[in-house]
Amino acid sequence: MEIRPENIRSILATDCGSTTTKAILIEKRDGEYRLIVRGEAPTTVEAPFEDVTRGVLNAVKEVEELAGRRMLDGDRILTPQNGDEGVDLYVSTSSAGGGLQMMVSGLVLQMTGESAQRAALGAGAIVMDVIALNDGRRPHEKIKRLRQLRPDMILLSGGTDGGDIKRVAEMAEILVAADPKARLGAGYELPVIYAGNKDAAQIVRDCLESRTALSVVPNLRPSLEHENLGPARDAIHELFMEHVMAHAPGYKKLMTWSPVPIMPTPGAVGLIIEKVAKRDAMAVVGVDIGGATTDVFSVFQSIFNRTVSANLGMSYSVSNVMAEAGIENILRWVPFEVDEVELRNRIKNKMIRPTTIPQDLEDLVIEQAIAREALRLAFEQHKSLAVGLKGIQTSRDISDIVTQSQSGSTLVNLQDLGLLVGSGGVLSHAPRRVQSALMMIDAFLPEGFTNLAVDSIFMAPQLGVLSTVHEQAATQVFERDCLIRLGGVLAPLGSGKPGQPCLTIELTAKGRPPITQRVPFGEIVVLPLPADGTAHLTAIPERSFDLGEGRGRTFTTDVLGGVVGLIVDTRGRQPFELPHDPRQRIERLRAWNRALGLYAREV
Amino acid sequence: MAHAYTPGLRVTDSATLRRERRLPLKGTVRVAKGDRVEAADIVARCELPGNVQTLNIASRLSVDAAQVTGTLRRAVGEAVRRGEVIAEAKALFGLMTNRVTAPTDGVIENVSSITGQLILREPPLPVEVNAFVDGVVVEVIADEGVVVETRAAFLQGIFGVGGETFGEIAIAVGAAGEDLTEAHLGPQHRGKVVVGGAYVSHAALMRAREVGATAVVVGGFDDRDLRQLLGRDLGVAITGSEDLGITLVLTEGFGRIPMAERSWTLLQRHQGQAASVSGATQIRAGVMRPEILIAHGRAESSAGGEEHGLEIGSLLRVIRQPYFGRIGQVVGLPAELHKLESEAMVRVLVVEFADDHSRATVPRANVELIAG
Repeated sequence: MEIRPENIRSILATDCGSTTTKAILIEKRDGEYRLIVRGEAPTTVEAPFEDVTRGVLNAVKEVEELAGRRMLDGDRILTPQNGDEGVDLYVSTSSAGGGLQMMVSGLVLQMTGESAQRAALGAGAIVMDVIALNDGRRPHEKIKRLRQLRPDMILLSGGTDGGDIKRVAEMAEILVAADPKARLGAGYELPVIYAGNKDAAQIVRDCLESRTALSVVPNLRPSLEHENLGPARDAIHELFMEHVMAHAPGYKKLMTWSPVPIMPTPGAVGLIIEKVAKRDAMAVVGVDIGGATTDVFSVFQSIFNRTVSANLGMSYSVSNVMAEAGIENILRWVPFEVDEVELRNRIKNKMIRPTTIPQDLEDLVIEQAIAREALRLAFEQHKSLAVGLKGIQTSRDISDIVTQSQSGSTLVNLQDLGLLVGSGGVLSHAPRRVQSALMMIDAFLPEGFTNLAVDSIFMAPQLGVLSTVHEQAATQVFERDCLIRLGGVLAPLGSGKPGQPCLTIELTAKGRPPITQRVPFGEIVVLPLPADGTAHLTAIPERSFDLGEGRGRTFTTDVLGGVVGLIVDTRGRQPFELPHDPRQRIERLRAWNRALGLYAREV
Repeated sequence: MAHAYTPGLRVTDSATLRRERRLPLKGTVRVAKGDRVEAADIVARCELPGNVQTLNIASRLSVDAAQVTGTLRRAVGEAVRRGEVIAEAKALFGLMTNRVTAPTDGVIENVSSITGQLILREPPLPVEVNAFVDGVVVEVIADEGVVVETRAAFLQGIFGVGGETFGEIAIAVGAAGEDLTEAHLGPQHRGKVVVGGAYVSHAALMRAREVGATAVVVGGFDDRDLRQLLGRDLGVAITGSEDLGITLVLTEGFGRIPMAERSWTLLQRHQGQAASVSGATQIRAGVMRPEILIAHGRAESSAGGEEHGLEIGSLLRVIRQPYFGRIGQVVGLPAELHKLESEAMVRVLVVEFADDHSRATVPRANVELIAG
């Protein structure tokens, strides 16, 4: 069916998550697309229903009731809109049943292995393992691992075009020896995508064609200097639909309801983040912290990257945050003394009863401390994968030697970051928005000036898939109904002694008295911004501090309004350090919390 | 949305339960539909393909990969013994012969003329599956396993570690609120499923293992001790495959928490009877909790075990601070959202605690119904 964007008056979009199916209704009113209502229902992929469309219909029924108009005809979505009934377009994303789980392989872990990983992650997959010739495992260990994990799909890469064939053949032979089975049952062949050295394609075909559902696509690393992830990503999306989704309960039916292919949820989120970064010509980081996993998306230098930290989350994986971060890193954000044995038991009790919520303030503070560490670790992982291509020979001049720049360094430059967007329960539903802002600031440590926002009800997936057919509707709703602008954070690079002069701020906004404030080092203050419109900011750092213009140089910008305001954070960057002495640390944390009005009372 | 509260774990004196006993790969089922089986009976058996060894023949014999096939002394598909010559080639103008011998018993699975690699598969490893509970085979899954049905007393724990095991129930403490200590444990607990009260320390658990107890069932355990037991911090609650020499089942959670009265009296009632215990826990979609089954063959009792929704009078336990572990009755179910001290707006209930009759407002998400 051809979709003519100008004719679309109403859109129904669903996201089938692993526990909840969320539906939103978008309508064109007064020439603008706006979110009208949202509904949700438990996902029905697992027994006893085993049909994803039941959950979709239940969520749509809730939307029908809230919108007060009919969209369903029995077990069918009414399209196109006819009078007050039905909708013009239906689209959907899915991460139900654990999402898309892949294994990838390359010849060299840091080169084609990393490129293959980026391709899979960017397409919305969870990467279960990366197998490479130099991954430190012996061939039989690789074979055992391939057999143990039952991925939905395997991406085989390796070698630049015209390069080594023998090693590619070796990887294909390992795959043959492992004879891995697809996760969703024995009824179909495991999809394998080959995106390696084109000269080895025939050998790979000979090895794998009769045993797997093999697709051969152009090399994702045709030369060391060039990465071409598009064809591999497209093949992943296609096979996700053809094989994985088609074998998941009820998806065959769901696929017939929408003229737009169903996308893996994180792939769709990536799309909308990429579009926003392109439209506003700025670097963007998005983070979605869930119960089991945390996804980080970024666009720096127009390059999109996504990572998923499969075991960093706030309920099922909360205990793993403690294991990975270390208890002392969680405790450093807590402004009161906590017994370690008691804290360990609390965290484990949350893991075994993941649906519970903090009741008292102290419990909320501990939960938000854990969230800071989960976000920090997920971002660290992201930075290590969102890198330039490794293995490139670069000619270096004397300045490179001085700065020690090298290929393969991270693309994430916090001074360039224009917008940081958070979503997921602990950020979207924090009782005070300023709590979300500070959690993101503490975890990501943005530098210079950065806009902050949260996705109020996490509809980025639906808007992502919608953007493939109706970009205008997707970006209008994203901007007006999905994002809640919190304001901005201004954080100078540099370090000093508490109380030492650091910044002078001048903030002017239409219809408001101008604000001039000196902020010494080691403080955090919040200045009000208009809820809509902009304010003009002039910030003059002292000689040893840098806001991106150079040390001591004045920084000016127009700041978009937000519900929290402009947070001026002079606690230091590179390094950012909390006092080592526990009493001093608690005293500082309490002072900062008071300055921001973080909690209803002192904790 | 579905339940706004955590449904309680099952604790019942009589239930008809089915347990699927399945092989990891296709194999042989050794029982038939209708057969009566005992917990330790082997019901199915298979052979896991052996590990794979790769031998680079080309580099070992210093020949081209394309020539490797010509050097083979044993054909693809043939079985070889450890030390047997697999391939050989002349070297040094024919003066020397280089040989590659089999590093292990196995079958030659594949030889590549592109990489020069030979793949040798080791002998298969046998895997057996037992019935786990006394009962009757009600279904045979062709070549894969069976479903065993049993009538048993049944108790689900909240968290466990260690695999499946068996033993007679032995109550080792005097009350549900008492700690299980080293002093309670002795040679009489050899082969037994030892039931403690509120808490077991790492030292007491090690003592239980030392005397030969197969499992310990107790209210709570410290996470610090779990770390010591496993030798690492447990990140994600997926357990059951640990080789600890003992299985631990927690009925309530982490910390010192008296075992719920209902669980305690059920286990007391079955003192001396044979139990099947599994510590396997998975807290993800498709939740799996540790379990204790005491097969008795009696018909299912209609009393108790039924789960109703949350209503006035429902017996519950609070499962989060600040009232963690306290038991009481629902006395109020306000419909409107309530602002907690944390300032979150949520649905709540009013509970009257059993011990001191004080009342508190608690989020519905933070309670667990106690069935019966």
